Formats: sequence, structure tokens, C-alpha cells
Amino acid sequence: MITFQKKGLLTTVQDLGRIGYQRYGMPVCGAMDHYAMELANILVNNPRSEAVIEATVMGPTIVFGEAEIFAVTGGDFGPTLNGQPIENDRAYLAEAGDVLSLPMAKAGARAYIAFAGGLDLEEVMGSRSTFLKGGVGGFKGRPIHDGDEIGLRAPCEYLPDLEDRFVPAKMLPELMNEVTVRFTYGPQDDLFSATGKQTFTSSEYALSDKSDRMGFRLDGPPVERAAGSDGNIISDGICFGAIQITNGQPIVMMADRQTTGGYPKLGCVITADLPLLAQLKAGDKVRFRPVSAAAAQAVYRRQQKALNDLEKRFLARLKPEAEGEGELPAPAGRFLIYVDGEEYDIYIEEQNYDA
Amino acid sequence: MAKILTSSDCSLCVEFGNAISEEINKQVRSFTVAAEAAEIEGVTELVPTYRSVTVHYRPEVIGYARLYEKLSRIVNGLQEADIPPAGEIRVPVLYGGSHGPDLENVAKLHDMTPEEVIKIHTAPVYLNYMLGFLPGFCYLGGLDERIHTPRLTTPRVSIPAGSVGIAGSQTGIYPLTSPGGWQLIGQTPLRLYDPKREKAILVDAGMNMIFYPIDEAEYERIRRENYPEEYGEGGDKA
Repeated sequence: MITFQKKGLLTTVQDLGRIGYQRYGMPVCGAMDHYAMELANILVNNPRSEAVIEATVMGPTIVFGEAEIFAVTGGDFGPTLNGQPIENDRAYLAEAGDVLSLPMAKAGARAYIAFAGGLDLEEVMGSRSTFLKGGVGGFKGRPIHDGDEIGLRAPCEYLPDLEDRFVPAKMLPELMNEVTVRFTYGPQDDLFSATGKQTFTSSEYALSDKSDRMGFRLDGPPVERAAGSDGNIISDGICFGAIQITNGQPIVMMADRQTTGGYPKLGCVITADLPLLAQLKAGDKVRFRPVSAAAAQAVYRRQQKALNDLEKRFLARLKPEAEGEGELPAPAGRFLIYVDGEEYDIYIEEQNYDA
Repeated sequence: MAKILTSSDCSLCVEFGNAISEEINKQVRSFTVAAEAAEIEGVTELVPTYRSVTVHYRPEVIGYARLYEKLSRIVNGLQEADIPPAGEIRVPVLYGGSHGPDLENVAKLHDMTPEEVIKIHTAPVYLNYMLGFLPGFCYLGGLDERIHTPRLTTPRVSIPAGSVGIAGSQTGIYPLTSPGGWQLIGQTPLRLYDPKREKAILVDAGMNMIFYPIDEAEYERIRRENYPEEYGEGGDKA
């Protein structure tokens, strides 16, 4: 069990969100920074989709009721274990009675804490994410309060080579107060003038203090509509990262966004860059650079491959005397490769030569 | 003709128009049914709206170019596709009293009796164009012009789940307790949204909805039958 001695500013339980219910008006929710959330899980040998604790700007203080391996990722909140500084992006063992504290974001805005074996909370509609507005999922459908207790599903106090369970520096994005994120145009980019698009891609925007888990409001030059557009559309779907323009003001739709909406969307931040955005605080600056969907997907696949490789490296340690020092055998499976912009589906099947 | 647009690096938007019309929404539903039947590997969800379907997918499983092609083929084959008829749901409503505190007002505003409002409200077959705004919230089309009613000037802080209301040319049901400015004319004992239920949301996009009036006793009976846990009778629905 873990006990929240101090709740922090906005501490919630999140995973990858509720997939498959947007058609019923159910928001996806889930972690704002999927990349950091998945890294936290990989470090403690959890499935990547396992629910974690998301801390916002001021983190919680947590007391461990039993020995448990944990990891903190995402924003740098100056984490300490029993008052001693610990590192982000590294797995640690806490003993019963140990106190983990995430005082304040020094860089970034959101930190993630993964617990080996996961949190003992019920899934609602396939997810443990907290849907704050609907009061559903996570811990009692609400943010963590002082004194809340959450059980651990399968506490784990041993993983081999614990000291080697850290994220290589090259896999960690630099946490900055000024970022450039890439986006794809569409689906309603035709409702904005060439001047409007020029304004959007050449200006610096500041994250408004009216931003939350639903949307990031951006202060900056208004984006001009195309002639003939009244600034509204008949409602359609809204994706994570969608850049909605409301009366000229851009709002990037985030994890708790509504499923549908009636404002036109100029584009959508690419999946691989959403973590950069999710780590911004009010007042931080952001610029936008357009890319093609194919380019965005190439970046995303590289990011996924890095996560896969790290996960495999740790998993290999779990198998005693697995395959010696050599490379792991390639798994049977399916791969997508790109050659000169063409997409190829490659299937690899196992063959039994012993027969 | 439908357009396939990029809505993100992991979703495509199949757009059939930019209007609220039964014809466009019928195409939306046809496409949704056909795309579901196609069981494209890597597609995670389909989100139909008034006039488009957002197709979410995993780029590590299927790339942009290949999905675009598959979706084009589905769009082009829609004419021949065999689409089953949309389902229908009958929704019992206890009109007026504390369950519909604005019924008298709505009637007065239109110079009719509450009974006439109920008669007009229960007459049409409403089309559920889409769900959105809140989990289980249906965008219904087909409200009779004679009872179009403006929103309350001061919204209520808390409207109980199941409340049936009118706002302008729209009628609908609040799936969960929330603030809102709709004129409330009644309440259904059904839970449109129940996250603990196996089918968490009762109504699908594209379904037809019919309201019918019930009395207090029937309201109680339906609640007792469907949600015995509210009456301290345990969760097992025998």
C-alpha cells in the first residue's frame, strides 16, 4: 500500500486512456505525456500501458507501506527518498516506511511515478485513467487527497541488476521553456487563409494560465480565417493534439478533451512531439512547424523503436543465462519499412528446422 | 463525394459533408458499419459524427498510405454495401412535476397545455445523429418546431442524470448529473450512461429514438427492476 501524505497540486491516476469509447462521447483521458509514462513503466518491469501516478507542478509526498520498486520520470520535481535526492528516469527500491517526495517542478510540468506490479484499482471501461469531469476511473474518479491510500497489486522488491535500470540520456528529451513542436495540417486547414497559416507557423505563442488537462490555450497573434468561413463547423471528432482555432485563438486539445467539437482545426501536433508540449507550464513558449503525416509517422516509429529496444534490454536481464552475450533472436512478427517514400509490409515467420 | 482528410498522424477523417442532414448522416453510418466489418488491422476506433468519421489507427501497425487506400476502397464500395437498418430505442419519460420542472413554463411560452407539449414531444421518431459533449449524450434531430424553446437565461448548477430537456431546436437527455441551461420537461428512469454496466452507453450513433410518457408508478417500477442496488436489494439482477 502507498499513502499520500501530501496530495500535491493535481495528482491523478492515469494510463494510456479509454480506447474505443469516443463514439459514445467518452473522453480518452490518460497521461498527458505518454512517453514519460511508458518509460516509468518500462523501468519497473510493468506493461507499458500500466496505470501510474501523474503529478502536476507540485508533486505528492508518498509513504510506502511495504517494500516496492518504483521509478519517477517526466518533469524534474527534485525528487527525494527519505530526504536524499534521487534521480529521475531510474528505478529504485523503497523499503516499508520510506518517504518519496516530489516537491516542485524545476523543469517540465508533469512527473510520473510507476510502481512495480501496478496500482490495485479497478478498471472502468478498460482503463484505470481518471476522468475528472465525469468522476469516473482512477482513484474514486477524483484527484488524490491528503491521506488517500492505494493498494499495490503485486508489490515487487526484487529485479535483477536494479542499478542498471535507468534510461540512457540520449532517450530523454531536454526539458525547456521554449519548444518547437511539429504538426500535420488538417482536417480543416482549408478554412484558414494563407496569411493565417503564415502567422501560425512564424509566431511564438505563450501557454495561457487558463490551460488544463482538457486544452492548452495559447496567447499570441490570431490566426486569420479564409474568406467565407464563419469560424464554425458542423461538429466532428477531436484528436489528442488537435489545434483548434476559437475566434482566432489556438487551443491545443489535450488528454481530457471532449470527443467532438464545432470549431475548425488547423492541424494536429504530431504524436512524438506531444510530450514536449505536455511538459510546458503557463507562460512557456511554443512554436509550430508543419510536417507531412508520413514524416510524422517515421518520427513516431523511431520513438517507439527506442522504447521497444529499452524494454527488450531489461526483459533480457530477467531470463537467467538467456542467450549468452549475443544478439537476441529477432522475434517472428510484422514490420513496416520505408524505401523512397514507399511503404512495405514485411512478415517474418518462425521455421522449425529440427523436423 | 467523401473526402479523406488527415486529422492527425494517427487518424484520418472521412468527411461526407459539412451540414446536418439525414442523407449525410446515413452515409456516415453506412461507412462506419462497413469499416467496422472490414476489421482493418491497426484501426483502434471509429468516431462517427453528424458528417464525418474519424478513423484512429496505430501507425506502427498500418501506415498512412495503406490505410488511405483501404478507406478509399470502402468509400467507393458503399453503394453496393449491405447495411443493416438502424436500431430503435424507446425511452420512457415521466413528464412534468419535480422530474420536469420547466414543463409548465414551456407550455405557457407556446400557449398550449402541458399535455399538448407531451403529445408533440412524443410524436416524432428522433434520429440520434451522434454522441458527444458528455458520455452518452445524444444529438437528436427531429424536434417539432412548435416546441422549439430558448435555453434558460440562468443555467442550473446541477441537473440530475436522465433529465429530458429542450434547448432551441434540440431535445436531449442529460446522461450524467451536470450543470446546464436546458428547459427540463421530464426525466427518464433509464441510465443512458453507466460506466459499471457491460454496455456502458445505451444508445449508438445512427439509432432512432422514441419517447413515450409514463407515470410515477411506472418510473419507480423501471428503476427498481433495472437498478435494484439503488433500493438496497443487492446487485444481482434476477
